[in-house]
Amino acid sequence: MRLNQEWQERVDAVHRGGQEKYHQANAEKGKLPVRERIRLLLDEDVYEEDGLFAAGADRGLPADGVVTGTGKMHGRMVCFMANDSTVKAGSWGPGTVEKIIRIQETAEELGLPMMYLVDSAGARITDQVEMFPNRRGAGRIFHQQIKMSGVVPQVCVLFGPSAAGGAYMPAFCDVVVMVEGNASMYLGSPRMAEMVIGEKVSLEEMGGARMHCSVSGCGDMLAENEEEAILAARTYMTYMPDTWKTKPASTDSKPPVHMENLDQMVPENQNAAFDMLSVIHALVDEDSWFEIKALFAKELLTGFARIDGRVVGIVANQPKQKGGVLFPDSADKAARFIHLCDAFQVPLLFLMDVPGFMIGSKVERAGIIRHGAKMVAAMSQVRVPKLSVIVRKAYGAGLYAMAGPAFEPDWCIALPTAKVAVMGPEAAVNAVYANKIAALPENERAAFIEEKRKEYQEHVDIYHLASELIVDDILPMTKLRSSLAFRLEAVSAKDKKKPAKHNPVYPV
Amino acid sequence: MTEIRTEMAGNVWKILVGRGEEVKAGQELVILESMKMEIPVEAAQSGVVKEVLTEEGSFVDEGQVLMTFEE
Repeated sequence: MRLNQEWQERVDAVHRGGQEKYHQANAEKGKLPVRERIRLLLDEDVYEEDGLFAAGADRGLPADGVVTGTGKMHGRMVCFMANDSTVKAGSWGPGTVEKIIRIQETAEELGLPMMYLVDSAGARITDQVEMFPNRRGAGRIFHQQIKMSGVVPQVCVLFGPSAAGGAYMPAFCDVVVMVEGNASMYLGSPRMAEMVIGEKVSLEEMGGARMHCSVSGCGDMLAENEEEAILAARTYMTYMPDTWKTKPASTDSKPPVHMENLDQMVPENQNAAFDMLSVIHALVDEDSWFEIKALFAKELLTGFARIDGRVVGIVANQPKQKGGVLFPDSADKAARFIHLCDAFQVPLLFLMDVPGFMIGSKVERAGIIRHGAKMVAAMSQVRVPKLSVIVRKAYGAGLYAMAGPAFEPDWCIALPTAKVAVMGPEAAVNAVYANKIAALPENERAAFIEEKRKEYQEHVDIYHLASELIVDDILPMTKLRSSLAFRLEAVSAKDKKKPAKHNPVYPV
Repeated sequence: MTEIRTEMAGNVWKILVGRGEEVKAGQELVILESMKMEIPVEAAQSGVVKEVLTEEGSFVDEGQVLMTFEE
């Protein structure tokens, strides 16, 4: 009885976390207590915690600032770690690090997804010898993350800072959800930057959630508050299997929202902007589109969805943004998403409307060739099924990067609006006939150019390409969804073996 | 005061709003022409156009200010 009472008092003390003033400060910023976050992440209140008494008895650091354990999400077992920022600002001491490593090892051993709820000031400098350089020090957390990468899903929700070395924890996760206003990631704080390199910058500009989700690409989803962020992590997991060895679960089919004039959705004028999201919504199950990196490199859309209940990863050009032209950042975004889908058996669907890769000295200096090559390489080497649809234009290396016929898509289908060519008619006529045009009397030039453009258009006509068996079928928008659904079912049994080598030498 | 900047290099094809005009968030302000594509530039927030700093037919570099407006 006495022993039970002591136990209860000790548990209560740990559950209270850090000092009251830190709880208040958190509440003012809209930050929830650590176990409240865990309850929102998991089904009801079903979880078992490990290392509750770490650094407790004489050191007064409840749970050593991190809650770790196993729990259920959508009825599936998952492992989790969650920093408690009321305990020494969620900093990492030796017990913190050991607890994190142990739950990671459990996730790896049991083949369970690993959730990281991050809110930490980073290494506890006073404890550095015990937690920084050693074999089971903080570096081991990252080593473990990388070992687990592509084995089990790893999801990060960032509620507060992840500073210095700690910033690598989100970086090694598959996706990172950030809470606007509170989440931040940086190697050196603004104070340190001013001291060391003389730069004056705000925390938000340096490493705020919005910056990372729209500029650096370190964040995948920006959430308005903690509840929304946690819900995003839960929803993301519905598209993921438990491990690389299984496929994501299918659900019942849900027809897309009905749209009028489906066949007028894609403008015939190749140069006019339109919203590719409307095409996606017309193809996928209602409410199933889950976009990744919606604010970053918007000229390319990446996200998960369901077609007839089956999970699919979509890579689509967005002509509404920067003309859908591919840039170094969009190539980077695509490569990353393709790797993610390939790792967890998510078939890929490419929707093409691409004028090509951007040209000009600015992007050449930024290494657009190697970033573009990275995207092509990622797409080329996937072992999951890939379907490609030429929605409108597919010019130049854009055709290649978006799973054109040479890259062994299971099928390549074209809409009647499709145009496939090395370049658009204007540029092509100019490239081939520039000298001839210059030699013509001025009043004959326009007619000559018009005639050559017409010839060119006929040569690259999509029915001509279909007659040469370059595309597998031509379908109107109204028939596309049912065809894709059928084809996704057909490829679901695909088992493409890994080639006998270590790895390709990646362009980046 | 908000500055409307280009996201990519190109030529100014059409300017759709003039000085003093009220614009709504998401409204197209300018259409650039780049890589043979029409690139609409939209207002991030609602406001009133203060100054138009470019003209149709001129080349604009990435990040160049096209117009300013007051919220």
